[in-house]
Amino acid sequence: MALIEYREALGQAIAEEMERDDRVFLMGEEVAEYNGAYKVSKGLLAKFGPKRVIDTPISECGFTGIGVGAAMHGLKPIVEMMTWNFALVGAIDQIISNAAKTLYMSGGQFKCPMVIRGAGGAGGKLASQHSQSFEALFTHIPGLKVAMPATGADAKGLLKTAIRDEDPIIFIESEALYGKKFEVPDGEHLVPFGVADVVKEGSDVTIIAHSRIRHTAAAAIERIESELGISCELIDPRTLRPFDIETVAKSVAKTNRCVVVEEGWHWCGVGAQIAESVYTYCFDDLDAPVVRVAGLDVPMPYNPKLEAAVLPSIDRIIAAVKKVTYK
Amino acid sequence: MPTAIAAPKTKKTEVVESVAHKHVEESADLLLHLYKEMMRIRRFEEQSYQQYQKSAIGGFCHLYIGQEAVCVGAISCLEKGDKVLTGYRDHGHALAMGMTADSLMGELFAKATGCSKGKGGSMHFFDNALGMMGGNGIVGSHIPVAAGVAFAQKYKNEKKVTLGFYGDGAAQQGAIHEAMNLAGLWRLPVIFVLENNKYGMGTAVNRSSATSELCKRAEGYNFPGVTCDGMDVLEVRKCFSEAVARARFDNTPTLIEVKTYRYRGHSMSDPANYRTATEVEEKKKEDPILMLKAVLIERGVKEDRIHAIEEAADAEAKASVEHAIAAPEPDLSELATDIVANPWPASMLPRVEF
Repeated sequence: MALIEYREALGQAIAEEMERDDRVFLMGEEVAEYNGAYKVSKGLLAKFGPKRVIDTPISECGFTGIGVGAAMHGLKPIVEMMTWNFALVGAIDQIISNAAKTLYMSGGQFKCPMVIRGAGGAGGKLASQHSQSFEALFTHIPGLKVAMPATGADAKGLLKTAIRDEDPIIFIESEALYGKKFEVPDGEHLVPFGVADVVKEGSDVTIIAHSRIRHTAAAAIERIESELGISCELIDPRTLRPFDIETVAKSVAKTNRCVVVEEGWHWCGVGAQIAESVYTYCFDDLDAPVVRVAGLDVPMPYNPKLEAAVLPSIDRIIAAVKKVTYK
Repeated sequence: MPTAIAAPKTKKTEVVESVAHKHVEESADLLLHLYKEMMRIRRFEEQSYQQYQKSAIGGFCHLYIGQEAVCVGAISCLEKGDKVLTGYRDHGHALAMGMTADSLMGELFAKATGCSKGKGGSMHFFDNALGMMGGNGIVGSHIPVAAGVAFAQKYKNEKKVTLGFYGDGAAQQGAIHEAMNLAGLWRLPVIFVLENNKYGMGTAVNRSSATSELCKRAEGYNFPGVTCDGMDVLEVRKCFSEAVARARFDNTPTLIEVKTYRYRGHSMSDPANYRTATEVEEKKKEDPILMLKAVLIERGVKEDRIHAIEEAADAEAKASVEHAIAAPEPDLSELATDIVANPWPASMLPRVEF
């Protein structure tokens, strides 16, 4: 174990997998000579050289398409989106029309093993075009898998699993977490997809939260337990597609109440699907309707006071727990 | 003759080109092979047309009639391991890459015997073993992918090339600019094959392109741009043999604008009212199959050999229809296969329940 930043954990995963498999390469804007816009790829060019750590022009559609073609012909590309906001410039067509569909429409002939990774969510005072959570959009698409690590250990373990997988993986990192330090296992550390992390056990309410908002939920739980005496179980699904309903159902069978928290917009958010799944698989266990806490349905404002009001806060999570327990 | 327009040639490229010329062998056998391949496509497309009219084929269906010389001439310059990607007008390319009429007609009939198990249809013909990588339905979207296949070929030092076919409509997509810039920047063994059939659906190229000389765009990407007559399969072949050699031995991309013409509408539902009957009739005088037939006769190839090729193509296309009619539909269980290569256990969500 070592106490390292989230970004270093990601860099470790990439370096270890590149060491392990010659087919793995990294491409994206500023990943090589600049050492990464967020320094995830720091040192990789020096270690692996320009054949495998490749600076691209600002051409998200072009280089994501290159990644798709390279994956179809036997390589294992890691394509970095400097932020997921930039994926809208054509990369989204390469991901949804090509990466996610090629296996199916070729009758199983062409796999597309690639990882498309980068920063998602709000980073703080970055305004509307740079503060978006697109996990609901990608989780909607058959043919993709979606992972969102909230800790350094999960960042490393999920990314290594993603790189070894045979399918297109949407890997959404948290812009707000890159500089945060976590205990991360040294060397081989794999976190399987579809296995949720029970971050904290509890008996009265199940709280489901992914990515950085899981830490907001953890902070809220400390106050809820000390101020209200309500025991909360915190579950981080870690991957949204596939989704570990078993762990959630087991928890709700115990607590009989569920709050779903996410940073993305409320309407048609990932939490809506999780709530529907809880209703479907846990209906008889529920003592109250599922309560959702999500980003407000507005573009992100620049003003920090307004921005804070858009994002799920400790206070809103506490209010949700009170509501679901009728307190 | 192909007209070289762009990028100053290096000495190295010139040497490669002179080698390439030696590979152009216009033997009678080669001419007959080209004739056979074009005729197979023509007869297959005529059957596709008839079966679509009978509603045996559904969805969008885009016929290649008139453009046969393009894919046949180009693909005749490839070797095993080279790859092809094209758009939705893909029947000709699939046949020229060696796919059987049965596997294609089976796919058009949405049968389990189809090349994509009935999950792809007209726009999605694939064959991994033969290097046919689609059959892609989003206009222009597959060209960055073609560059990516070439990237992998170069990464693995295979000395193989990829052809990415698209139309004059797709040529206006930003994706193609990005792919060409990356191919020029990284020197990828890819050939951008612009099949200019004069119309992107119903929009004439002079209403969609700021320039009438589309191949000149290659200048901006620092690789050669050439144009050739797509109604003359031998000119197509000559042009591609040079470009393929540049890609294979020198990692130099080429943009080839092939001037061609489709005799049918954009798709089966298009009556093609945006062009005159006279224009189509004029172009039919340049029918690439008739032009090659004239060359064959001029070279003294006996009519009965030509006739036998036509009969065989006709029989192959008709038999593919019979085969497709008799073939089974895919099982309902096929719905949930091939979505991902590594599926998750049924205990996880989402599940495909039917």
